[in-house]
Amino acid sequence: MRDSLSMPLVQVEDLKMHFPIYTGVFRRHTGNVKAVDGVSFTIQAGETLGLVGESGCGKSTVGRAILRLYEPTAGRVVIGGDDIATLDAETLRKKRPAMQMVFQDPQASLNPRMTLSAIISEPMVEHTAMTAEERQARVFELMDAVGLNRRFANRYPHEFSGGQRQRIGIARALALNPKFIVCDEPIAALDVSIQAQVVNLLEDLQDKFGLTYLFISHDLSMVRHIADRVAVMYLGRIAELSPRDALYDRPLHPYAEALLSAVNEPDPNRARRERIILKGDVPSPANPPKGCAFCTRCPKVMEICRVTRPELAEVQPGRFVACHLYTPAAGSTGATEVPEHYQQGETT
Amino acid sequence: MTDTSALDKPESQAAAIWRQFRQHKGAVFGLCVLGFLIVFTLIGPLFWQAPELTTTQQILNKNKPPSWAHPMGTDQIGRDILERMMQAGRVSLAVGFAAMLIAIFVGTFIGVLAGYFKRLGGPLMRFTDMFLALPLIPLLLVMVMLFRDKIAGVVGPEMGAFILIVFAIGVTSWMHAARIVRGEVLALKEREYVLAARSIGTPPRRVILRHILPNVISPVMVAATLGIAEAIITESVLSFLGLGFPPDFPTWGRLLFDGLQYMQLYPERVTWPGLAISLTVLSVNYIGDGLRDALDPKARGR
Repeated sequence: MRDSLSMPLVQVEDLKMHFPIYTGVFRRHTGNVKAVDGVSFTIQAGETLGLVGESGCGKSTVGRAILRLYEPTAGRVVIGGDDIATLDAETLRKKRPAMQMVFQDPQASLNPRMTLSAIISEPMVEHTAMTAEERQARVFELMDAVGLNRRFANRYPHEFSGGQRQRIGIARALALNPKFIVCDEPIAALDVSIQAQVVNLLEDLQDKFGLTYLFISHDLSMVRHIADRVAVMYLGRIAELSPRDALYDRPLHPYAEALLSAVNEPDPNRARRERIILKGDVPSPANPPKGCAFCTRCPKVMEICRVTRPELAEVQPGRFVACHLYTPAAGSTGATEVPEHYQQGETT
Repeated sequence: MTDTSALDKPESQAAAIWRQFRQHKGAVFGLCVLGFLIVFTLIGPLFWQAPELTTTQQILNKNKPPSWAHPMGTDQIGRDILERMMQAGRVSLAVGFAAMLIAIFVGTFIGVLAGYFKRLGGPLMRFTDMFLALPLIPLLLVMVMLFRDKIAGVVGPEMGAFILIVFAIGVTSWMHAARIVRGEVLALKEREYVLAARSIGTPPRRVILRHILPNVISPVMVAATLGIAEAIITESVLSFLGLGFPPDFPTWGRLLFDGLQYMQLYPERVTWPGLAISLTVLSVNYIGDGLRDALDPKARGR
């Protein structure tokens, strides 16, 4: 464990993904949608990092840019020692087996004209020199691992239910024994009863094969169930990155606090935080606020928030927050009410 | 679970497609009609030959109504129409299928390239628009005028005319297929399974072959079946203008135009070739329809 701590499996540094906007008759480049604007985190081997945030905050874009399904605008993505963001096409192709992806919509991520067995064996066709029999044997092995009946091997995706399709997608991702899997909202399109099955399957597989997950989701209770550490994203940046229990017990960033206050608690007797309702809308990622991305809606906004962009910094052991409430330099000039977090923020 | 012998023996792809194809009544009917037409044109002349006549007899024999000696009658210079229908059918069907194949191949190729590779999209589609804007008949006429004698010198006048016509029709009718395919590819390449294939590391050419092409087959099939009809008719237009096959070389289009002058006196002269062209087009359409359903696993299950 010590060993892996020194060298994380996945290391993302200042990842930026800007999509250009072209307007007018001449399609001039007039701006950028800053879907991901400087995201950094690391994932240790065997760990699950949850990535949460509201719709449009750039979660999925992070997942896709890490696997270089998009060409990142800037930044480094080091997986297992290689910088994915700058590899040339052929080296990247050789590297693909180590990193795979499970997609959000199990219907759309399976080719309707291929049989289940053809879908699962596609990675093997691309990357190994296995014979057809060896591939078939491996397909059966994988189907057993994800809990699909072997008799389904020659059926087509439309003949399956949503949960079964997601299992097919997982089996395909597992085919080449990857180390790292990006789960891009793998449960968002499933029934609640199936969601638990799929998440438990992912956990079992993690134990069995020693996988590392980046688990992207907007379902906070599911993330609490599966993740070891959680990153909260807002408008293309990470607001807070903390161990799961610490984050859910006491979120530090005002946005994380508001987001987590929205989680429903099934037990009515349990004491609950008061629901924080944010006003206004998320600013456009094409034109984010100058300072902190959250300054337009933050209940604890200060003067400095509108001017300077807070950097992600470690405020407690293992807890990273991008907020001026916790940076020593920040004055209390704009704070109208004294937040409870003050004790950590003000050291001077 | 571990008992692999309990697997359903997989039905082979071809068997599954054929089983579904048979469910489609129209397609089976179309296949029968087309089969009949092909047999009629290919094997018919072995069984039916008009009696050899001297020139005098032939002149006396002109414009005869149907009889046992000439089941479809004779034309204005005494030739047996049934025999000419058979010979004409060979050429017309061959031209129709060959030109359609060229058009679909070129169209799909350009459409896929334009749709899949963003950078090629603009130039290729402008190129397609340019072809669409060209006036077809004058272009065909120029092509035939320029190249007919040269090709005829190499492979003989009839084969030369055939190659030239097929080529000319093929390269002037791929544009619609290209546009349809490009639109479809643009939609398909944003689907998650294409993204999944890329995340696996499948190179673009295999993404296209494995994931894109099988999914654009339905619109291509429709374009292809319509293309056959169009090719047969364009060939007849060319022949009518005297730039296709030599005048004594029968094709269905040629027979149709020959019969046109006598339509009021002998309507059956236009009826027979017209009927043959219509039946071909109709049956090919139905076959295409059935094939499209049979190739789609979703429709096949039902």
